Amino acid sequence: MSDFGSNGGLRLVLSRQAILLAGAAMALAAQPAFAGGTRAGTTISNTATASFNNGGGTTEVDSNTVDLKVDELLNVTVASNNPADVVTTPGATSQVLSFTVTNTGNGVEAFGITSVANGGGDDYDPTTTSIVIDDGDGVYEPGVDTVYSAGTNDPVLNPDASVTIFVINTTPGTVVDGNRGIVELVAAAKTGTGTPGTSFALQGEGGGDAVVGATGADGKDDGAFVVTTAAVGLVKSATISDPLGGSEPIPGATITYTITATVTGTGSVTGLNITDSVPANTTYVPGSITLGGVVQTDGADTDAGRFATDVVTVALGTVAGGNVRTVTFRATIN
Amino acid sequence: MRKAMFSLFAATAMAAPAFAAPVALSNDVFVERVSTDADGKRKVTLEAPQVVVPGDRLLFVLNYRNAGNKPADKFVVTNPLPAAVQYAEQGDSDGLLSVDGGQRWGKLGELRVRDANGAERPARNDDVTHIRWAFNQPIPAGATGKLMFRAVVK
Repeated sequence: MSDFGSNGGLRLVLSRQAILLAGAAMALAAQPAFAGGTRAGTTISNTATASFNNGGGTTEVDSNTVDLKVDELLNVTVASNNPADVVTTPGATSQVLSFTVTNTGNGVEAFGITSVANGGGDDYDPTTTSIVIDDGDGVYEPGVDTVYSAGTNDPVLNPDASVTIFVINTTPGTVVDGNRGIVELVAAAKTGTGTPGTSFALQGEGGGDAVVGATGADGKDDGAFVVTTAAVGLVKSATISDPLGGSEPIPGATITYTITATVTGTGSVTGLNITDSVPANTTYVPGSITLGGVVQTDGADTDAGRFATDVVTVALGTVAGGNVRTVTFRATIN
Repeated sequence: MRKAMFSLFAATAMAAPAFAAPVALSNDVFVERVSTDADGKRKVTLEAPQVVVPGDRLLFVLNYRNAGNKPADKFVVTNPLPAAVQYAEQGDSDGLLSVDGGQRWGKLGELRVRDANGAERPARNDDVTHIRWAFNQPIPAGATGKLMFRAVVK
């Protein structure tokens, strides 16, 4: 718009300039910083300009302006936050699976949340007791995070925003070691779902339409529990060596007791203690406790073994399934 | 909003003949919809957009006409890209691009941009801010032509 000469067309240019500026202001408002694309309701304004010289100096003319409104694209993803199966035990309550729901569309949208525990492909159905909306720290806090109620507090997410959803479950008491239970979380746009391209007239943010995006406007992902239990088997044996070099249970002979604790299953046992009373008519040989071949002191100290009031105790602590612990001690026949 | 803009323009346009703008430039935007027919053939249809969503491919068509009775020399058509679209391609048209708001012009491969930490890199489609066609020859009186480029809704 450089030439302010006497060209009659110039007035046309100036009056159209007002439109161009209006369009430019809208274009500046467009902030296509979202992964989900330009924000719904944004106007895309296009105007071209031609400049030329037909002998009277340089003249510019603007084209008409075409305005397109960007409609709302409905997209959502759900992702499990538990890449590995979450360990549970028979009858356990408040077993938590965590999911992230992300609005990958370009408009603000409310999402309905449902969970499916009987979808098959697993060994048992966890009993879902509640769905809980995280307060933003990603950590399940009973009484702090909000219990979800469909249609009442559906999470409303801006484009690119996400929320953590917890699904709280009870594990049936009937499950056995190694059973898996899958829970699927589904988030669906409240405006509507369907095949990509389905349009909901005038229901988009900013007054346009809402159009189902590539995700179908609903998303889902699975989280899973695995039941782990552990059992302990104890086997005790004794060998005798008498002072004569034989193995007769005569006074003065030494009895070596061997206790083998075998832990089976995929879980762990915790706080496993082996206690054994020294038999009557025998005398404990001080300092004779071994654990895995390592001598333990008799005192109540930092090592696992101790001896007090005719009882041998070895604290094994937490032992995972598949491990064997061998404890020995000796006593002499009185 | 869209209708209002059109009617505003229409009112302006009606006044135009009195000033006899020697060159007319019109601007149309279409959405390219790709579909596959029963025989598996890929079909591209152009629609006047009612609904555009991120990812839609837009065809911008500029028609010019020298309505005057003299050749229009040094004819240049400039189209600033709306902020919400990303330049895609211009077919065999030989428009020049700018990635700096219209200060420098060139083919995409000739342009470079400075990223946030000051390093230069070759310009990409998403850097393009303007497209421009500069004609070497005057446009004869009465001549018409068409310019096109494609862009994708961000």
